[in-house]
Amino acid sequence: MVDLVNVLEWVFALLQMALFVVAAPLFTAWIKRVKCWLQNRRSPPLSQPYRDLRRLFSKQVLLAHTASPLFRTAPYLVFGTTVIAAAVVPLIALELPTARIADAIVLVGLFGLGRFFLALAGLDVGTTFGGMGASREMTVGALAEPAMLMVIFALAMGAASTNLSTVIHSMLAQGLALRPSLLFAFLALLLVGIAETGRVPVDNPATHLELTMIHEAMILEYTGRQLALMEWAAQLKLMIYGVLVCNLFFPWGIAQTLDPASLLIAGGLLSVKLIILGAVLAVAEGLVAKMRFFKVPVFLAVAFTLALVGMLSFVMLESAS
Amino acid sequence: MRDSLTLYLIAAMLCSGIGSSMFSLLANRYPWVLRLAAFPLLCLSGLASLAVGALALLEGVTLAIELPFGLPWLHWHFRLDPLAGFFLGIIGIITAVVGVYGPSYTRKYQQGPYSLSALGFFTGLFVVGMQLVVLADDAFAFMVAWEVMSVASYFLVAYEHHQAANRRAAFLYLLMAQIGAVLILLCFGIFSGFSDDFTFDAFRVAELDPLWASLAFTLALAGFGMKAGLVPLHVWLPEAHPVAPSHISALMSGVMLKVAVYGFIRMLFDFLGPLRWEWGLVLLTAGSVTAVYGVLYALVQTDLKRVLAYSSVENIGIIFICLGFSVTYLANDAPIIGVLGLIAALYHVLNHALFKSLLFLNAGAVIERSHEHDLEAMGGLIRRMPWTGLFFLVGCLSISALPPFNGFVSEWLTFQTALQAPALESGVLRAVIPIVAAILALTGALAAACFVRVYGISFLGQPRGRHARRAREVRMGMLIAQGTLAGLCVLTGLLPTMVVTLIGAVTDSLLHEPIAAATRHGWLWLTPIAPETASYSAPLIMLGVLMALAAWFCVWIWLRKSRKKNPTARRDPWDCGFGGLTPRMQYTATAFAMPFEQVFRHTWRLKTQCTREMDSNLATKPENLEYQLEVEDRAWLWLYAPVGKWVLNASRLVARIQTGHIRHYLAYSFLTLIVLLWLIS
Amino acid sequence: MNRYLELQLVEQAIITLAAMILVTSFALLGQSRVVATIRTFAWQGWLLALTTALVAWDIGHPHLYLSAFLTAILKGVLIPWLLTRQARQLGILRAVDSIVRPGITLLIAGALVVFCYGVALPIGQLVEGVTRDVVAISLANVMLGMFMLVIRRTAVTQVVGFMAMENGIFFAAVAATQGMPMVVELGVAFDVLVAVVLFGVIFFHIRDSIESLDVDALNRLSEVEK
Repeated sequence: MVDLVNVLEWVFALLQMALFVVAAPLFTAWIKRVKCWLQNRRSPPLSQPYRDLRRLFSKQVLLAHTASPLFRTAPYLVFGTTVIAAAVVPLIALELPTARIADAIVLVGLFGLGRFFLALAGLDVGTTFGGMGASREMTVGALAEPAMLMVIFALAMGAASTNLSTVIHSMLAQGLALRPSLLFAFLALLLVGIAETGRVPVDNPATHLELTMIHEAMILEYTGRQLALMEWAAQLKLMIYGVLVCNLFFPWGIAQTLDPASLLIAGGLLSVKLIILGAVLAVAEGLVAKMRFFKVPVFLAVAFTLALVGMLSFVMLESAS
Repeated sequence: MRDSLTLYLIAAMLCSGIGSSMFSLLANRYPWVLRLAAFPLLCLSGLASLAVGALALLEGVTLAIELPFGLPWLHWHFRLDPLAGFFLGIIGIITAVVGVYGPSYTRKYQQGPYSLSALGFFTGLFVVGMQLVVLADDAFAFMVAWEVMSVASYFLVAYEHHQAANRRAAFLYLLMAQIGAVLILLCFGIFSGFSDDFTFDAFRVAELDPLWASLAFTLALAGFGMKAGLVPLHVWLPEAHPVAPSHISALMSGVMLKVAVYGFIRMLFDFLGPLRWEWGLVLLTAGSVTAVYGVLYALVQTDLKRVLAYSSVENIGIIFICLGFSVTYLANDAPIIGVLGLIAALYHVLNHALFKSLLFLNAGAVIERSHEHDLEAMGGLIRRMPWTGLFFLVGCLSISALPPFNGFVSEWLTFQTALQAPALESGVLRAVIPIVAAILALTGALAAACFVRVYGISFLGQPRGRHARRAREVRMGMLIAQGTLAGLCVLTGLLPTMVVTLIGAVTDSLLHEPIAAATRHGWLWLTPIAPETASYSAPLIMLGVLMALAAWFCVWIWLRKSRKKNPTARRDPWDCGFGGLTPRMQYTATAFAMPFEQVFRHTWRLKTQCTREMDSNLATKPENLEYQLEVEDRAWLWLYAPVGKWVLNASRLVARIQTGHIRHYLAYSFLTLIVLLWLIS
Repeated sequence: MNRYLELQLVEQAIITLAAMILVTSFALLGQSRVVATIRTFAWQGWLLALTTALVAWDIGHPHLYLSAFLTAILKGVLIPWLLTRQARQLGILRAVDSIVRPGITLLIAGALVVFCYGVALPIGQLVEGVTRDVVAISLANVMLGMFMLVIRRTAVTQVVGFMAMENGIFFAAVAATQGMPMVVELGVAFDVLVAVVLFGVIFFHIRDSIESLDVDALNRLSEVEK
C-alpha cells in the first residue's frame, strides 16, 4: 500500500513536470501579448509559440561545415537539464518525491550545467557571434550566481532548509508576516531572474541586432528541431523563474495534499499569479530600455546588494531568539 | 594478519618506488627500461599505496613502526592511520595513472637532449618522498621526507633545463620550498619546546599557551601554505607547473599540493589543542582571497598549463575555506557541522586531485600533438582528438562544480556547512559565513567561465594554427590513463554517499564525531544534516542527463534511414555576407575574457598594446591590427619586488667586506680567532 | 526567528522600514550622479520620518510625531530642494561622481554593517522594545555615511554623506532612547538647515578659489611645494 502511494506520487510528479514543460510557451506568449497591447499592436494568438515549435520540429536540420558532435548533442543536454530543473520546482503541489532530488543550490547548478553547454555550442562553429554570445553569457552568469546564492541563503536560513518544498512549507506556516529579508530577497530574485532569462534590460529576446544580442547570438547557427529545443529550453527557464517567484514568496493556495479539489484550486491560483507576474514583467520591459552590456554588472551588483542586505537583515533583525 | 599484510604492502610500495628510481638509471643507455621497468614499477607502487590506503580506511588498520635509522637518540617513526591512509590512497591513484600515462608520453624525450635517467630517477624519488611524508610520525622523518619530495621535484621542474626561463622557474620553486621548510621546522620547534621530544605522539599531548599555539598556527599556515599555493605565497606555482613535463605537473598539482594540505590538517586537527574561532576567520579570509585571486588570474591566461596552475591556486583556496568553516564551527561547539566542513574539505582534496591530474594529463596530450602551449594557436581539436576531447570535457565539467560531477558535491557540502550558520552563538560569525559562501559561489561561476573558455577555444571552433589542423589522437596508454581519471571523476560525483562514508573514517578517527546522518538514507540520497534540510541525489540527476542523451540517440537512430537517402545538409555558417569565414574571425581566448577584464579590471596589472595600420587608400579600413596583452601577477609588485630589493641592498652592504686583498681576508680570520678565544675563555 | 514572528505587524513594519533605510544608505554609496544621490537622500528622509511616526504610534510618545513631521519637511523636502538648487546653480546637477572600485566598496560596506552589528549587540541588550535590534542598523547608517564622506570626491555628494550620517545619528536616538528631548531635536534640526545654507556658500567659495568642486583638488592649497 505504502509503495502504491509512493508510485502514485512519482507518477504525479512526472505529470506535473510534463505540465510545466507544456505550459512554458504559454507564459512567454502571454508576456508577448501584454507587450503588444501596450504598444498598440495586434498580438499573435496565444498558440503562436506552439505553432513555431511545431514548424521548427518538422523542418530539416542544417549544420555548419565546422559543427562538431558537441554542437548536435548540446540542444538535448540544454533542454534536458532545464527539464530536470523544472521537475525539482514545486508547481502546484508540495512534498513530491522529485523535490527531494535536488535543493535550491542544485537548481542553480543545473542552470549552470545548461549554460555551460549553451556557451560551448556557441563557440563550436567558430563564428564571431557565437563567441561573443558565449563570452557575454558566462559574464552575466558568473555575476548573477553570487546574488542568487545570497537570495537562497536569506530564504534558507529562515526555513532552516534549502529544500524548496520545505521552504514553501515554512512560508505557509508563518502566516502573514512582514519580513525585511523576504522583501529584499524577492526584489533580488526578480533582478537575477531577469538577467538569467535574458529579458530586457539585460538582453532582448526579440532582437537579432548583431552587436547587442547575448542568447540569440549563441543559438544563431541552430536550425530545425535543434533550434526548437533551444527555444523551448529558454521559455522553460523563464517559466521556472516565474514559478519560483510566485511560489516562494506568495505560496498561498499551493496544494499540500494530492486531492483533486486542492490541486484544481492550486492550478487556478497559480495561473492568476503567473498572469499578474507576466503582466508586470511586460510593463516593466516597456518602461526601460536595454542597457549597455557594461552596465549589466551594475544591475547585478544592485541585485547582490539587495540580497546581501536581505541576508544581513535576517541575521541582525529576525534571528534573535 | 591484516597488520602484516599492510606492512608487506607498505614495503612493496616503497621498494617498487625506489626500484623504479634505480632502474631508470639505466634508461640513458637502454631507453626501453623506462617503458618496461620504471613506469610499471611506479604504477605498482601506486597500486600498493592505494591498497594500503584502502586497508586503513575500510578495515581501520592503524600501525606504528619504528625503524632503526636516523639520529642515535631519535629513530624514525612511521604511523599509518585513516588520515594518512586517505592521502596515501590519493597518492596511489594518481601515481598509478601516471605510471600508465608515462611510457607513451616520455617517448617524445627519447630523441631530445634531455636525460631519461634523470626523469625516471627523480620521479620515483618524488613519489617515495610524498609517501613517506604522509607516513612520517616524528618531526625528523617528516622533514627528511619533505626535503626529498621538494628536491626531487625541483630537478623535475628543471628537467628541460636548456631554456633559461625553465631554470629560473625551478630556482624560484626551490627557494620558496626551502623557505616554507624552514617555517615548518620552526613550527615543529615550538611543539618540541613544549613537549621536549620530536615524535608526533609527544606533539599530540603537548599543551601550548594560547599565544604560542597561535604562533604555531601562523607558522604552519605560512609554511604549508607556501607549498600549497596560498596567495600571496603562490607565485612559484604558475611558473613551475607549465615548464615541468605534463605528467609531473599532474603529480605536483594533483598530489604534492595535497600533501601540503595533509601537513596542515595534521597540524591543525591533530596537534594543536583546542581550536580557536579566530583561526577559522583567518583561514576563511586566506581561502577567499586565494580562491578569487586564483580564478581571476586563470581567466586571463593564454598558456594552457598556466591556466591550470592558477586554477590549482583557486582550488587550494576552496579547500582552505572549507577548513575555515570546519574550525569556526568546531571552536563554537557545533561539532557535527564542523565535521561536515572537514568532510567537504577532504572531498574537495580528492576531487581536485582527480580532475586537476586529469586536466594536466589532457594538457600534456594536447601540447604533444598541437606543439603549442598557447590557447590562441589551438582550436578544433575535438575533431582531431575525439577521445582526449571527451575526457577533457569531463575534467572541465568537474572542475566547474556542475552537477552531477564530483566538483559539485564538495561545493554543495560546503554550502550546506555554511547554511548552518544560525547554529552559531556569535552574531558576527553568522553574518560573515554567508558572505564567504557568496564569494565561493562567485569563484565557482568564474571557474565555469574559465573552463568554457579553455575548452571552447582549444577544442571547438576552427583550428587556429598549422599544427592544430594536423593533430592526431594520442597513443593508447595516454588515453587509458585519461579515461581512468575521467571515469573516477564521474564515479566520485555519482556516488557521493560512498565517498562520504570513506572520508567519515578519517574524521571519526581525527575528531571522534561520527557522521551518520549524511548517508543514512541509502546510496541514492545524500543528506548532510537531515532529509528535510537538504538532500541531493546525484544518480537521479545523472539519469536525467543520460535520458537527454538517450533522446538524442533515439532521434539519431530513428532518422538513420532518411539520412541515408538525403544526408544532413552541411552549409557555411553565417558570415555577415562577406563570404569566407576564416579561423581568424573567431573569438580568441583574449577576446573571450575581455568582459571579465572590464568588470574586474583592478585585479590585474594589464599591459595592453594596440597597434593598427590603416589602408592608405581607405582611411576606415584597417590593414593590420595587433593587440598584445600582458598580465603581471600583482603579488610580485606588492610583496616580492620590495623583498627582493631589500635582500639585494643588504647583500650589497655585506659585499663590502669583499675587498680582494688577501691581507684583509687573513685579517678576518685572525679577528675571528681572537673573538672566539675571548668567547670561550 | 520565533520572537520576530510574534511581533505585531506595526513592529514588523518598523523593522522592515529600518532595513529599507539601510538599503538607501547602500544606494547612496553606489549612486554615481549628483541628482540621483540627492533624490536617494530625500527617500531616506521620508523613510526615516515614516519609521519615526510608526515608533511614536507603537510606544505612544506624542512628541515623536513632531520629530517625524520635522524630519519629513526638513530632510524629505527642504534640504534636497536646497541642494538641488545649489547643484543646478553650480551646473553640476547631472555631473558624475562614480566610485572607483565598486566591488571592493560593496564588500567594505557589508563588512562595516557586520562590524556595527557586532559592536551594537551589547548596546541593544540595554534597550527595551522593538527598536532594540534596530540600534545596529542606525549605527551602520552613521558608518556608511562616514564611509561615503571618505570615498566621494565632489563637495555636494560629500555634504549628502554628511547629512546621511546625521540621519543615522537621529535614527539611533529614536531607536535607542525613543528620541532626544524636544529642545535638542529642534536645535539640531535648525543647525542642519543652517549647515546646508552655509555649505552652499562654501561651495561657491571653493569653486571660485580652485575652479573645481573636486575635493581632491583642495590639495592645491597646500603650502608645501611639490
